[in-house]
Amino acid sequence: MWRELKARMRQRYRTYDYPRLEPVLPVTFKGMPVIDPSPVANAAELVEQCPTGAISADPGQHLRLDTGKCLFCGACERACGGQGVRFSKEYRLAARARDDLMIREGESRLADALHREAARLFGRSLKLRQVSAGGCNACEADVNVLNTLTFDLGRFGIQFVASPRHADGLLVTGPVTHNMELALRKTYDAVPSPKIVIAVGACAVSGGLYADHNACGAGVGRLLPVDLHVPGCPPHPWTILDGLLRFLGRIP
Amino acid sequence: MKPSGFVPFVHGDAVPRRKVPILEIAEFRKALLDAIQGGQRLVSWSGHEAGDGSVELLAVLADDVNGTLAAAVTRVRDGYPSVTPECPQAHWFEREIAEQWAIKPEGHPWLKPIRFHAPYRAGASMPGGEGSPLPGVTDYFHMEGDEVHEVAVGPVHAGVIEPGHFRFQCHGETVFHLEIELGYQHRGLERHLRGGPDRKTVHYLETAAGDTTIGHATAYAHLVEQLASVRVPSRAQVLRGVALELERLANHTGDLGALAGDVGYLPTASYCGRIRGDWLNLTAVLCGNRFGRGLVRPGGLGVTVDAAAIAEVQKRLDALEKDLTSAVELLWSTNSVMARFEETGCVSRQDAEMIGLVGPAARASGIARDIRNDFPSGIYRYAHIPVGAWHSGDVFARAFIRWTECQRSIAFIREQLSMLGEGAVQVACGLLAPDTLAVSLVEGWRGEICHVALTDPAGRFAHYKVVDPSFHNWFGLALSLRNQAISDFPLCNKSFNLSYCGHDL
Ligand code: SF4
Repeated sequence: MWRELKARMRQRYRTYDYPRLEPVLPVTFKGMPVIDPSPVANAAELVEQCPTGAISADPGQHLRLDTGKCLFCGACERACGGQGVRFSKEYRLAARARDDLMIREGESRLADALHREAARLFGRSLKLRQVSAGGCNACEADVNVLNTLTFDLGRFGIQFVASPRHADGLLVTGPVTHNMELALRKTYDAVPSPKIVIAVGACAVSGGLYADHNACGAGVGRLLPVDLHVPGCPPHPWTILDGLLRFLGRIP
Repeated sequence: MKPSGFVPFVHGDAVPRRKVPILEIAEFRKALLDAIQGGQRLVSWSGHEAGDGSVELLAVLADDVNGTLAAAVTRVRDGYPSVTPECPQAHWFEREIAEQWAIKPEGHPWLKPIRFHAPYRAGASMPGGEGSPLPGVTDYFHMEGDEVHEVAVGPVHAGVIEPGHFRFQCHGETVFHLEIELGYQHRGLERHLRGGPDRKTVHYLETAAGDTTIGHATAYAHLVEQLASVRVPSRAQVLRGVALELERLANHTGDLGALAGDVGYLPTASYCGRIRGDWLNLTAVLCGNRFGRGLVRPGGLGVTVDAAAIAEVQKRLDALEKDLTSAVELLWSTNSVMARFEETGCVSRQDAEMIGLVGPAARASGIARDIRNDFPSGIYRYAHIPVGAWHSGDVFARAFIRWTECQRSIAFIREQLSMLGEGAVQVACGLLAPDTLAVSLVEGWRGEICHVALTDPAGRFAHYKVVDPSFHNWFGLALSLRNQAISDFPLCNKSFNLSYCGHDL
């Protein structure tokens, strides 16, 4: 008992006072891309280097970046020396509509709250069933980490449950492999309505790197209606938490 | 002269394909079985199209004692006599080859799919199965008798975890046999590596098993560097080693916490959960990403790491070491934890050797096997980390080994960072050597990661094979459940903590 108490003292209180305090991210963190309004001379080269086809250019060499496909690898930023596109430290990336993930010059859209009825139903208590459908265990790990002391997801009334029957919705990771399609659909069917679907990570949002594979689909949206998209490879835990809270109308 | 056996070579030296002997199947089998008898291990065995309608099987053996590798190929059309009855560690490789190439290993005792996909050879089907396979649908080992019952779990499990299907044959609470069917995570990754390296290759390997980003990226980088004959600057070598040990620390810490959680000991479970995240944050200090995405690249590093970042890692390392020690040592002095850890899920040394376990699971069964020591590359050629082993082969051993490894990784990182030199972290890799075989081994946190590649006449990958440590170890988990209470499954499972996607690829 004494040993446990001593350890308890050493470990201190670790829960971060979020959302009151802004999270501290490493200096090299890559968040929301910022697209320069001027045309980029070597746009074709940037597009050529992107592993997932996330970045594209219109005929006038103006760039667009789909954060739903982006791995945040920074190849494009390096190729243009940060002139055409650079990655800011903005960790809030989640969006309701798939189209809102397409970043052009100027402002991007953050996830807005659910409609009133859904917020009334889930806003104070959201139970989620997690399904990994080809995820590489990075997204899964950074979803799981929300249950640790630092984030303490439970204090927001959000909880992962063991059975889809007890859930209000699914949180899906991975591009949806063919071998998981049936299991994912059955899990979705087992969730009582009204229900929501959250896609976490580039694979779940768009198929990511695996979008054109025979063994996979191109993300959850091909199979189920998605209510919230969280970009990243994998998304930072703060990005996921921000998305969830924004979605529930818990932060403006 | 006709070649008579496998060609030996040193880890790190690429071998021209013409020097790799093409053996008749009988000769190949004999040479392979003799080598295994002599204590060598099968680290990779895979097929690729030979071009004449047959399939070329390439095997790579490791001699841990002498630190040498050996390779040979053989060509088969439809089948060959299985080596599994005499060499059980080949069983999963032979199942994989049968599934991918519709080549039947005659006499294989449990020939079933491992990933449930259609074979790569057009028009062919897995021996015994026609048409498109359905995931998890196969001929399960089945017991009959009064009070014998079957428990099926998955693919979707209760936690935030990847999918797999587990079938237990039970008598009351006691598990007689556990059969594990995977493949739900199969993304077809390896087939897309052919023709590379290209803009996607490194990202595929970073996501082969996302919790082993550094391990697989390092194996890939080391393989390309052999083929391009480049020397990686020492600062980059050191930082790769530091990142690999941080990855080990994060995952071992997470596992120790999860094991504590599974026996209902919450203090260590919650402390380790937090500390695990803080190890990931240290990796993010180095490169911006918690899993080390973008850190390791062929030729060195993909990022420049400045002095401020190094200082930050050093500072946080000291505090984390104290926190981790305080959290983990509670385990060993708590009777209720030890009572659950000890003598649960035993895998004997003999079984571990026979099925070819790797990594902490092998070391927990008394086998001092560690790539960092036996086949060192990069910084590990100059800085040795002592190999720990424990004899009991139970959950306790697998937990305790992790703790010893954590302590040694911390000491390694501290020492390496204290003498880190200045200089470049990246050299350019030119074209890859044509028609060459390269093998790359890395001790990831789960154990031995093996990448094997063959290049074509243009220096592109004609064949690329990834062997994640989980490939060797899933059967170890099945063995650990024999005669165990079914309620101990979660604990045993955590004590291995294997990768689904690393296996399924
Ligand atoms: S950062 Fe995103 S858009 Fe840019 S190259 Fe990488 S994946 Fe493509």
